[in-house]
Amino acid sequence: MNIKEILTGQEHDKLFLLGNEAAVRGALESGVAVATTYPGTPSSEIGNVLSVLAKDAGIYFEFSINEKVALEVAAAASASGLRSFTFMKHVGVNVASDSLMSVAYTSVQGGMVILTADDPSMFSSQNEQDNRYYARLANIPLLEASNPQEVKDLMKYAYELSEEFKLPVILRTTTRVSHMRGVVELGQLMGAKSKGHFDKDPNRFVPVPATARIMHKNLVKKMDKIGVLSNNSSLNPIYNKRGNIGIVTSGSAYNYVMDVVEENDLPVNVLKITFSYPFPEKRVYEFLENVERVLVVEEVDPIMEKEIMAVVGKHQLNKIIHGKLDGTLPMIYEYNPDIILQGLGKMMGVEMAAKKTVKTSLELPKRPPTLCPGCPHRAAYFEVKKAAENLNMNDLIFPTDIGCYTLGIEAPYEVADYLLSMGSSIGTSCGFSKATLQTVVSFIGDSTFFHAGIPPLINAVHNKNKFVLVILDNRTTAMTGGQPHPGLPVDGMGLEAPELSIPDIVRACGVEFVEIINPLNVAKSREIFEQALQFDKLAVVISQYPCMLIKTVEKKGKNIFLQVQDDICTNCNTCTTELSCPAIYTSDNGKTRIDELMCRKCSVCVQICPEKAIRAKRINKSGEGE
Amino acid sequence: MHPYHIYISGVGGQGIIKTSVIMGEAAMKKGLPVVVGEIHGMSQRGGVVSTQMKIGVSHSPLIEEGNADLILAFEPLEAVRSLKMINKDSYVVMNTAPIYPFNLSQSENSYPDLSTILSELRSHAKKVMAMDADEMAQKAGHILSMNMVMLGGAAAVPGFPLDKKSIIKSMHDNLPERSIPINLKAFEEGFKFCMSKL
Ligand code: SF4
Ligand code: SF4
Repeated sequence: MNIKEILTGQEHDKLFLLGNEAAVRGALESGVAVATTYPGTPSSEIGNVLSVLAKDAGIYFEFSINEKVALEVAAAASASGLRSFTFMKHVGVNVASDSLMSVAYTSVQGGMVILTADDPSMFSSQNEQDNRYYARLANIPLLEASNPQEVKDLMKYAYELSEEFKLPVILRTTTRVSHMRGVVELGQLMGAKSKGHFDKDPNRFVPVPATARIMHKNLVKKMDKIGVLSNNSSLNPIYNKRGNIGIVTSGSAYNYVMDVVEENDLPVNVLKITFSYPFPEKRVYEFLENVERVLVVEEVDPIMEKEIMAVVGKHQLNKIIHGKLDGTLPMIYEYNPDIILQGLGKMMGVEMAAKKTVKTSLELPKRPPTLCPGCPHRAAYFEVKKAAENLNMNDLIFPTDIGCYTLGIEAPYEVADYLLSMGSSIGTSCGFSKATLQTVVSFIGDSTFFHAGIPPLINAVHNKNKFVLVILDNRTTAMTGGQPHPGLPVDGMGLEAPELSIPDIVRACGVEFVEIINPLNVAKSREIFEQALQFDKLAVVISQYPCMLIKTVEKKGKNIFLQVQDDICTNCNTCTTELSCPAIYTSDNGKTRIDELMCRKCSVCVQICPEKAIRAKRINKSGEGE
Repeated sequence: MHPYHIYISGVGGQGIIKTSVIMGEAAMKKGLPVVVGEIHGMSQRGGVVSTQMKIGVSHSPLIEEGNADLILAFEPLEAVRSLKMINKDSYVVMNTAPIYPFNLSQSENSYPDLSTILSELRSHAKKVMAMDADEMAQKAGHILSMNMVMLGGAAAVPGFPLDKKSIIKSMHDNLPERSIPINLKAFEEGFKFCMSKL
């Protein structure tokens, strides 16, 4: 499939789409005029696809500097009568939450949908928080999708709902839905309005105490009305009406339940909750009437389980509710069909385990993800550690941040000691430098610096904190697949854009020591790091070299390859144990070797080999080295 | 029809997602229901990557342990790690070219010998078809066609629900036009090899 088919596909066409791609089609079928995001797995592909299609689709799309700004851009578009779409990973909503709480009060004009992609089991995140709480916290409607078709269809419904009640609507996916690929039947595209108009109404759009009190009252009234809708919604259907056991489930968990129920032909009733907030109490009450016991299957927190218990309590029903709270199902992590099967078995008191599964007796080495071969971060980490070693500094704290460079947590680098959230490297460095006498060296990426690094940097200067900040500028948002940021001359729609200079920003914040290094130059970089470590105030080193995955950057060493000279190599293993570039390995006969296909010819290993045993060779015309 | 379960495992960057998209679209175009579960994000940086796929009526792409009909293992160590997915009727198509974990020298466990890996797999699966797909891809013209060698191998497995013609059509829809000759060659090599092992 060509990605453009998401835009050019006709009504009733079928495409094989990722949940995230289906969200884009849903936006296009809903006439979304403004779409915003900050990239974050598992939501990243929505932005990647929009950045390719936006121009042709005639809509505005941006990679905003962070999620709060993304939500604000969308909210203003919505207040001006346009349909807006903002999407982010679950923890991104934390960043956006300040304004999210208010937009529930101010209400919207054009439809506004906030897609949150939660990450149960933390495939790519620092936590597995359940963002269904945000619908409750802000008191706005929530829809939960189970598959790509539903993602697309729910987008359309969410806009209708949003516009009818003038409230933002949250659409929640999880990793397994965002990254599930399935057959999606397309609907009709809806053209987007190109410009809206903001009609002033301070009583509605400016929540100060006097107006906010009225706004809150209106919000509660609206949500009461929407509650009637969710109770009667065809989005909350009952399947498989058999027997006296009920299952209430939502999102991805619904898929596992249905696979297990259908595969084993189980006599149970299944209530699927898609319109999940306001919680459809009446629908649940009716469902409970026909069953004796209920298993609640949801990811991640026992939210519906408690709501169902509240229904049981309120109506003094004599029903047993199983789920996370009584230990029938695990309290944390994502589910899968095996877990559901075991839970059902526990509940029914029968052994329902799957076929006996094979377990290998072999002890296998782990395979943690790592920085790419030739990644400039690896070189910077190596140099910082050497510089500290040269200065006999051995009590260092390495606060780190969110991006590929967090992979520095693994041995041999071990340069990730403390991490909270986007931008926390700098804020926590301020704390460590005040609270301890240890040397603090912290790392932040370029995109993360723009996202949340500037206010804490100002804080560091103003409060006279002393530490070394390394800004790892690889000219992209690498971890999430290479999105642009304000430090690049291009924007989210691929158009030319002003490029902001990180060194200028750092200097403007009042930092006195600002040095730029090319991390692939080992000796020079180490020297600068030594100076930075000895500086008596905040020192900022900006390590500039593009990510190895950027395709358009001219790469070095096209005509060379690297080889270990067996006669010189003493098997000291400096390159394998201290640098640990994945392209360098020890062959079966104990020799150090470089995998020619993996090697990116960054030449760092050449520079760090104490015996000078790694040599660059020129590839001659016949393809052989000389 | 009982859905056909395919578990694809390997290492980030091996072209696993592309392979599953080609298979999935081929299934869709034949009118078969199909779902795929992909792994994106951090593990794509050289970590363990697995894709799960069900062709036939089902809701979730996640396969119950012991329920995979076919394991497509792009890397030998990851083949062993997928063992919990197989049963005595499962087929395994495996690439024998290893990718060593980057910090193997600091790891407690060493990388098992290929012969150990093969006998472990053979003692549990119905049939294990092992080939050096990296080398076959090189010979076909480019190492990056390795995933198509593996796909060719899958197409040779008895009971595999997709025919060669629809897979090849899907390759045309999903790969850059100029890479097609090499990828087709790689696909045929994988197919031929695995056919000869049946
Ligand atoms: S994607 Fe770029 S930044 Fe990330 S590990 Fe690879 S080279 Fe480094
Ligand atoms: S030159 Fe050395 S360090 Fe750089 S990618 Fe190649 S093997 Fe790795």
